[in-house]
Amino acid sequence: MSPTGKYESMESKTMTTDGESLSAVPTGEAAQIRKMQGGHGFLSRLASLGFTPGAHLRVIQNYGHGPIIVSVRDTRVALGRGEAKKILVERLARGDDGRRG
Amino acid sequence: MAVEAERFRDVAQRMEVVLNGEATLTVALAGQPNVGKSTVFNLLTGLSQHVGNWPGKTVEQKTGSFHFNGTTIHLVDLPGTYSMTANSAEEVIARDFIIKERPDVVIALVNAASLERNLYLVAELLPLSTHVVVGLNMVDVAADEGMKIEPQVLEAALGVPVVPMVAAKNRGLRELVETVDQVARGEVPYQPNLPEIRDDHRGVLDQIQVLVTDWVPAPYPADWVALKLLEGDAEITAMMRDESLPAEQWDLVHEILMDHEDAVLAVASGRYDWVARMIRAAVTRPRVGQITLTERLDRWATHPLWGLAILASILGVVFWLTFTIGTPLQAILETYVVGTLADVAASLLAGAPAWLSGLVVDGIIGGAGTVITFLPILVIFFAVLALLEDMGYMARAAYVMDRFMHLMGLHGKSFLPLFLGFGCNVPAVMGARIIDSRRARLLTILLAPLVPCAARMAVIVLIAPIFFGGAATLVAWGLVAMSLFVLAVVGVLINRWVLKGERAAFIMELPLYHRPNPRSIGIQVWQNSSEFLKKAGSLILIFSVVVWALSTLPHGQIETSYLASAGKALAPLGGLMGLDWRMMVTLLASFVAKENAIATMGILFGSGEDAAGLDTALAGALTPAAAMAFLVVQMLFIPCVATVAAIKQETKSWAWTAFSVGLLMVISLSAGIAVYYVMSLI
Repeated sequence: MSPTGKYESMESKTMTTDGESLSAVPTGEAAQIRKMQGGHGFLSRLASLGFTPGAHLRVIQNYGHGPIIVSVRDTRVALGRGEAKKILVERLARGDDGRRG
Repeated sequence: MAVEAERFRDVAQRMEVVLNGEATLTVALAGQPNVGKSTVFNLLTGLSQHVGNWPGKTVEQKTGSFHFNGTTIHLVDLPGTYSMTANSAEEVIARDFIIKERPDVVIALVNAASLERNLYLVAELLPLSTHVVVGLNMVDVAADEGMKIEPQVLEAALGVPVVPMVAAKNRGLRELVETVDQVARGEVPYQPNLPEIRDDHRGVLDQIQVLVTDWVPAPYPADWVALKLLEGDAEITAMMRDESLPAEQWDLVHEILMDHEDAVLAVASGRYDWVARMIRAAVTRPRVGQITLTERLDRWATHPLWGLAILASILGVVFWLTFTIGTPLQAILETYVVGTLADVAASLLAGAPAWLSGLVVDGIIGGAGTVITFLPILVIFFAVLALLEDMGYMARAAYVMDRFMHLMGLHGKSFLPLFLGFGCNVPAVMGARIIDSRRARLLTILLAPLVPCAARMAVIVLIAPIFFGGAATLVAWGLVAMSLFVLAVVGVLINRWVLKGERAAFIMELPLYHRPNPRSIGIQVWQNSSEFLKKAGSLILIFSVVVWALSTLPHGQIETSYLASAGKALAPLGGLMGLDWRMMVTLLASFVAKENAIATMGILFGSGEDAAGLDTALAGALTPAAAMAFLVVQMLFIPCVATVAAIKQETKSWAWTAFSVGLLMVISLSAGIAVYYVMSLI
């Protein structure tokens, strides 16, 4: 019944040419969005909360299981793990996120 | 036709102005969630507001009016939305109001502390309305976060008025209304700097616009429709495809759209490019690495373990408040208000036929009493929730519960209405409206009655000590735990076997924590309570009268009434749980309102209102195993009529309502029988 088990095995496979999945970025790291996958409705909802390709973000909380919190465009957003997997990012060096959220 | 009707209405409105000698303005209040929109609305309109539903929708509509400078201003609170794309009913309502009702001015309320994302909505509003005023709210919060914002620089960039405000401290509201008035009169310069699409998609947008422009129905702007098609907006796409465009013309458009499936992100990026240009000069960013209050609090509130502990303690405090303040208050209301009313009515009707005084005293006053005495508990609940919501905590509760809701194919947001269920299942069912996907909403509604409401807890608190003495508290907590366990199991099963399907996306803003505004919370509590009184109150009253009739007719004695006959018919079923017909009648009566169980037992066990007498009578009639079985059934039994009515109203389906009632009946009775057998063995 643990909600955690099923995710971890998939995390290792998330590196692609478009970057790694947001769910694999650890707490405190900054990243830039490369690509977003999903239907129109999903993409449009993400976009209205500040997620667009090129946007900088910082992972506020990621325990390796369950939902994560990211800060994007001065907004803290909680994302389900499945949703975070559909956002591909490139990690930025520490302090390079340009802004705080 | 619609256009003509609208013109006619415009003329009528102008006539009204001439007749009253006072000008009227219609102003829409738009904004993303968590910008303090309801605070602004409440401060401007006070209690002069009307709460209803948007026509044909289960989305709340708030309107109100106030006077300013010889003008009557009608303020319409649009639903809080992050964008103007049809992702939910709220967005469609907000944009339809602006496009079709053409308010004189649209106030775009933005949160200064997350200006970039908030201006995204402004980028969508500017092309839709001819008069937008930007209310730059929470400038104090932004300053606390270390951001410096110069409103006049922002105003110059946007080309529309910008009013800095701190609504929670009642600052800037007067200036906002003044500006709205001036803009409506055309007294201030208004040259909006409109966002434009990125260069790489300009060509394709023009192509679409040329193809559709002759077919766009009034009053939609053609360039806006073309943009929404490119964004893949579900509603506009359906409208143009199914109603407006000839098939061959649609095929041409469709072909272009298929080639540009990624356009939704390009259009959104274009808006953020515009936002970046608008704020470049106006906003100075803080240094990296400063730790804010929200960040500090969230280390605890969103922690997988501590977050749950905090949520559990909050629940504990709510229960404690309910039982230390709510229950005694309830008793006082019962004795002094309802009791006095009943005495007065009884003495007034002394000479009247017995059935009339019975109807008035037991049926009507009894029913109304149920509603009134229930209020203290609900007010406590509504107040705590409004407080937590206003402070920004509720989103955290949803976040820490997400991993558990996941097991039922739901996500964190479904926790919020279920939480309400601890107070009363009716607002829980109605609260399911906040969930985007229909499937998740339905599942939440089906699960809501399994949350033990305060009324059920009251029955438990009364009966448990009679049979279990010192262990009563333990029994009560055990019953709550059992209910939640059953809820989880039923949720998993329904998700697996009945309502299969994809889980909706969990994307939720975690707003900054801020100091609650007492006035805003007060108005919220007032509205929720009065809505409950109106909706559930009248139903409970009607059904109380019906049940009173069933328990009295045909001979004026409950022992020989229709209700008793039904209870006796169910006695064999009750026998499986060690319950006699009187306990079955009690269960039936609790369908009206859970707390009726106590009153019914009082009558059936011949002790009247005397609780001490009930103790001995009950202890003699039931074995502990049967009492436990009764408590279990009582916890899980079909919801009260008000909840059933709410389920019908929200699902708009008798089939699902019947499914819910049937499901709970089966669950509760089988659990009761199982508990009776297990307990009898011990």
